[in-house]
Amino acid sequence: MRPLNRKLTRDLWHLRGQVIAVAAVIASGVAVLSMSLSTTEALGETARAYYERYRFAHVFGRVQRAPEYLADRIRLLPGVQSVSTRVVKTAILDVAGFEEPVIGQFASIPERGEPELNALALRTGRLPRPGHADEALLSEPFAEAHGLVPGSHLRAILNGHWRELEVVGLALSPEYVYTIGPGALMPDDQRFGVIWMGRKALQAAFDLDGAFNDISVGLLRGTDPDPVIREIDELLSDYGGAGAYERANQISNWFLMNEIKQLETMSSILPVLFLIVAAFLTNMVLSRLITVERAEIGLLKAFGYRNREIGMHYVKLTLAIAGIGIVLGWAAGYWFGLMNTRVYAEFYRFPFLLYEPGPNAFILAGAASLIAALLGTINTVRAVAALPPGEAMRPPAPTMFRQSLLARTRLFLALDQPTRILLRQIARWPLRSFVTSAGIGMAIGVLIVSIQWLDAIDRIADVYFLQAQHNDVTVGFAEARAADAEFNLAQLPGVITTEPMRTVATKIRFGSREERKMIRGVPPIQNLHHVYDADGHPINLPPDGLVISTMLGELLNVVPGDIVTVEALQGRRPTRRIPITGMFETYIGSPAYMDIAALNRFMGEGPTINSVHMRTDALQRPALFRELKEIPMISSLNLKAAAVQTFHDTMAESMLIFVSFFVVFACTLAFGVTYNAGRITLSERGRELATLRVLGFTRAEISYILLGEIGVLTLIALPLGCAIGYSLTLLISGAFKTELFRVPFAILPNTYGISLLIVLAATLASIFVVRRRLEHLDLIAVLKTRE
Amino acid sequence: MTLENSKVHEVEPALRARDLTKVYKTGEVEVHALRGVSLELYPADMVALLGPSGSGKSTLLNILGGLDQASSGDAWFGSRHLTDLDDRALTQYRRAHVGFVFQFYNLIPSLTATENVALVTEISPDPMAAEDALEIVGLGERLHHFPAQLSGGEQQRVAIARAIAKRPELMLCDEPTGALDSQTGILVLEAIERIHAELNTTTVLITHNAVIADMTDRVLVMGDGHIVEEHRNTTKSRARDLHW
Ligand SMILES: Nc1ncnc2c1ncn2[C@@H]1O[C@H](COP(=O)(O)OP(=O)(O)OP(=O)(O)O)[C@@H](O)[C@H]1O
Ligand SMILES: [Mg+2]
Repeated sequence: MRPLNRKLTRDLWHLRGQVIAVAAVIASGVAVLSMSLSTTEALGETARAYYERYRFAHVFGRVQRAPEYLADRIRLLPGVQSVSTRVVKTAILDVAGFEEPVIGQFASIPERGEPELNALALRTGRLPRPGHADEALLSEPFAEAHGLVPGSHLRAILNGHWRELEVVGLALSPEYVYTIGPGALMPDDQRFGVIWMGRKALQAAFDLDGAFNDISVGLLRGTDPDPVIREIDELLSDYGGAGAYERANQISNWFLMNEIKQLETMSSILPVLFLIVAAFLTNMVLSRLITVERAEIGLLKAFGYRNREIGMHYVKLTLAIAGIGIVLGWAAGYWFGLMNTRVYAEFYRFPFLLYEPGPNAFILAGAASLIAALLGTINTVRAVAALPPGEAMRPPAPTMFRQSLLARTRLFLALDQPTRILLRQIARWPLRSFVTSAGIGMAIGVLIVSIQWLDAIDRIADVYFLQAQHNDVTVGFAEARAADAEFNLAQLPGVITTEPMRTVATKIRFGSREERKMIRGVPPIQNLHHVYDADGHPINLPPDGLVISTMLGELLNVVPGDIVTVEALQGRRPTRRIPITGMFETYIGSPAYMDIAALNRFMGEGPTINSVHMRTDALQRPALFRELKEIPMISSLNLKAAAVQTFHDTMAESMLIFVSFFVVFACTLAFGVTYNAGRITLSERGRELATLRVLGFTRAEISYILLGEIGVLTLIALPLGCAIGYSLTLLISGAFKTELFRVPFAILPNTYGISLLIVLAATLASIFVVRRRLEHLDLIAVLKTRE
Repeated sequence: MTLENSKVHEVEPALRARDLTKVYKTGEVEVHALRGVSLELYPADMVALLGPSGSGKSTLLNILGGLDQASSGDAWFGSRHLTDLDDRALTQYRRAHVGFVFQFYNLIPSLTATENVALVTEISPDPMAAEDALEIVGLGERLHHFPAQLSGGEQQRVAIARAIAKRPELMLCDEPTGALDSQTGILVLEAIERIHAELNTTTVLITHNAVIADMTDRVLVMGDGHIVEEHRNTTKSRARDLHW
C-alpha cells in the first residue's frame, strides 16, 4: 500500500471517535431526508394502489330518492366506466357499555357479488347473507374501538325503531380511510362508525324500496370529471340531488390527501433544513480536522508533493468519512422510513402497504452531503496548500495577535492563570470560536424547530376548541328543522344554554374559481360557538353578506368587498350574488359564515336550523345521553372533550411520529457537534496542554482550560441557538400551510428550555468523553510528536 | 576535492543567491531575518552555516530550498530563477532536486520509519529502497517503529534517511545532529558524507557545533541577517575522525 494511503487508514482508525461523530452528523441529515421523502412517497403510492385495487370511485353524488333506472342513464354518459348505486344513511346506534349515543353511517352492499365500485377489504368474518336483514359488516377501527367482533351485537334506530344487529364481519374501504363523522374535525372511532348491510335490508329500513340515495361513478382513465358532474347534476336535480362532486372533494380522500401533503411539506422543509445544518457542520468539522493537519500538509509540500496529490489524500479521507455517514444515513433512512410507513399504514388502516422507495430521495440526500463535505475539505486544503511550506510547518499565528483590550483590564489580570489562558484562546481565534458556537447553536435551533410543533399544535387546539368553543355538546339533524327543535333540545336534562346553527351545502364561485363549501349560519353575536379570529377575538357577523376565512379567500382569490356567486345545493337550490363583508384568520379549515337569518332568507325558508350547540351540566350527561339516544332525527353528535382528545390523538399519531424522529436526529447532531468540538480542540491543543502539565499545571487545571473553553463556547451558543431556532421557526411556519391547517408561530418557553437542556447534556456527555482522554494524555508522546 | 573546488570557479554555481532579504511582519513589529545575503554554492560543495541563534540560518535555508518566499533579492538553482517560480514550479523543484533535514524532525506520527521514508521515495525518480536508507543511518533494526516509539536522535536519523533516500542533488540540513550524542551524530554525518561523495550532492549543513564545520569545504558564518564571515577549510576531516 502506498504510504499516503497507509496514513489515511491509520488516521481514520486513530480518529475513529471523530469519524463516527462526523459520520453521525452526516447520517442524521441523510436519514431524515431519505426517511421523510420515502415515507411520503410510500404513503402516496399505497393510497393510489389502494384506490385502484379497490375501485375507489371518481365521482360521488347524493339524492333524496332516485329510481334505479337513472343509474343506466348515467352509465351511458361519455367517459363513465361504471356506476354503483347505494342506500347510505346515518342513524343512532347503541353500543352496549358505551354511554353516549354513537352515530352510524349505514351503507348498502349488493345482495350478491362484489360492489362495482368502492370494494370492501374483508378483514375477518364474512359478508351478510342475502335475506338476512339483521346481519351487518362493521368498519374495523370502529369495531376495535368498542371491542366488537363477529358474533357481537349492537342496536340501531332504523326508521324509528330499535333494531338488533349481528356483526358478521369486519371490513375496510377506500371510501373511509379517514372515518370522519358529520360535523367532526378528526376521526373518532368510538363515536362514529361505518356499517355495511345488504341492499334490501337497508332499502326496507329507510323506505327506499326500488330506489337509491347515493351514487358512485367510475370514470375512464383521463376523463375530465367536470362535464360528467354537470350531466349527473342535471339528471339528479329532480330527485333532490345535492350536487355531485369529484374524488378530490370526497371527505376521506380530501383529508388523506391533505394529510399526505402536510407530511410532504413537513418532510421537505424540516429535513432540508436538517441537511443544510448537517452539511454546514460537516464542512466546519472537516475543515478543522484538516487545519490540524496543517504542518503535515506543509511537510508533504516540502517533499515536493503536488497540491493535487495532497488534495486527493484529504478528499479520500473525506470520502471515507462522508461515505460511512451516507451509507449509515441511507440504512437508517430506509429502515425508519419503513417503520414510519408501517405506523402510518396502521393509522390510516390501509389493508396493505407499498414501501418501494425510489432512488431519488437517497441520491439527493447523499449527493448533498457529499458535496458539502467535499467543499469543506477542498477549500481548507486549498487554503493550507496556498501557504509556503515553510510557513505551514510552523504552527499558525493567531489572527488577533495584538493584546486585546480585554487582556489589559484589571478584571482580566485578577483572574487565575488557567482562566486567562482559556479566555485568551477564545479571543485570539474569534472565527474558530464563533464557528464552534454556531455549530452548537444550530443543533439547538434544529431542536427548537422540531419541538415547537407540539407548541403549535397545542396552540391550534387552544384557540380552536378552548377559546372559541364554549359549547360542550353539538347535536346535528339529518334534515333542516324548524327553529323550535332548538327549544325542544333546551328542555332536555342538564342543558344550560343552546345556540342554533344552520349549515347549507353550496358552491361558491368567483371568476373562474369555484369551491364547494358548507356555509354556516350562526347568530350575529355568538355566545357558545364563536366565529373566532386566530388572534384570539370573537367576530360579530354583519346582517348580510359572507364572512370567510382568509384561506377560503385565497382559494377563491377574493378580498372583502368582492361579490361572489353562491349556489345552494339543497332545498330550492337558490343562486344569488352575495358580498364578502369580512375575512378572518383561522388555523383550521377554511370556513364561511353568515348571519343565520340572512342564510335562511337566502334559502327562502323561515327560521330553520340543523344543529344546536349546547352547554350542559356534566353531572347530568348520562341522563342527557339516554334521552338523545331516543331521538331518531339526530344525525350527528359531537362532544368537545372527545374532539379535543381525538385532535391530540390524531396529531400525536400523524405528525408527532415525524417530530419524534426529528428530535432524535437533532440530538445526534448536537452530540456530534459538541463531541467534535471537544476532540478537535484537544488535538489542536494537546501539545500545549501537555507542555503545561510538564511545567507543573495539574490535571484539573488543564482539564479546566480545555473543557472550560468548550463550556464558554457552549454558553455563547445558547442565546445564539435560541435566536436560530426562533428564526427557523418563523421561516417554516410561514411555509407550512395547507387547506386544512395553518401552523401558528408559537414557541413556548419550555421548548427553549428543553432544547437547551438536551444540548447541554450532549455537551456534558462529550466533555466527559474528552476528559477521559485528557486523563490518558501521554505527556512524553505528545511532546515528542505532534498529534 | 578541496583543490579541485578551488580551481573550478569557472564552473557554473549549483546555487546562487543575490541580496536576499526576508522580513516577517507580525502586527506592527517587523523582524528582518535576512538583510541582504549573497552566496554561491558549487556542485558537490559541502558548506557549513554557522551563527548565533536567530541570525537567520533556517530562514536562508528555507528560501534556498524553495520552502519560503524571499521578500526581495534573487536566487538561482543552475539556470532556474527560484525567486520567480510559482508554487507549482517550486514544488517540482523540491520534488526533483532537494532533500531536507529539518531542525524539528517533522515525521508523520501515523507512519512507521520505513513508511516515512517511503513517503519521499514514492515520488522520486531514482530513489534507493527505504530500508537501505534506514540501514545507512543505522536504523535497520527499527524499520517498523512509529515516531513516538523512537528516541529523538532516532527520529532525526529517520529524517536524514528520508532526505538521502531520494539521492538529491541538493541536500539542506538544519542542525542534523543538534539532538544527538557525538557517537550517533557521527553516524549521521557519515551518512551525509557518503551521499555527498557518492552522488556529488551539494550539501548545506547548519550547525552550532564548530567541530562539524571541519568536515566541510567552506564555512559561512551568519550574524543578524548577514553573512559576516566566509572561509575555506584548508584541510577537510572525515566525519569519523571528528569528536566532540
Ligand atoms: N514566522 C516568523 N515570524 C516572525 N519572525 C520570525 C518567523 N520566523 C523566524 N522569525 C525570526 O527571524 C529571525 C531568524 O530566524 P531563524 O529561524 O532563521 O534563526 P536561526 O538562525 O535558524 O536560529 P536558531 O539557530 O535558533 O535555529 C529570528 O529573529 C526569528 O525570531
Ligand atoms: Mg534555525
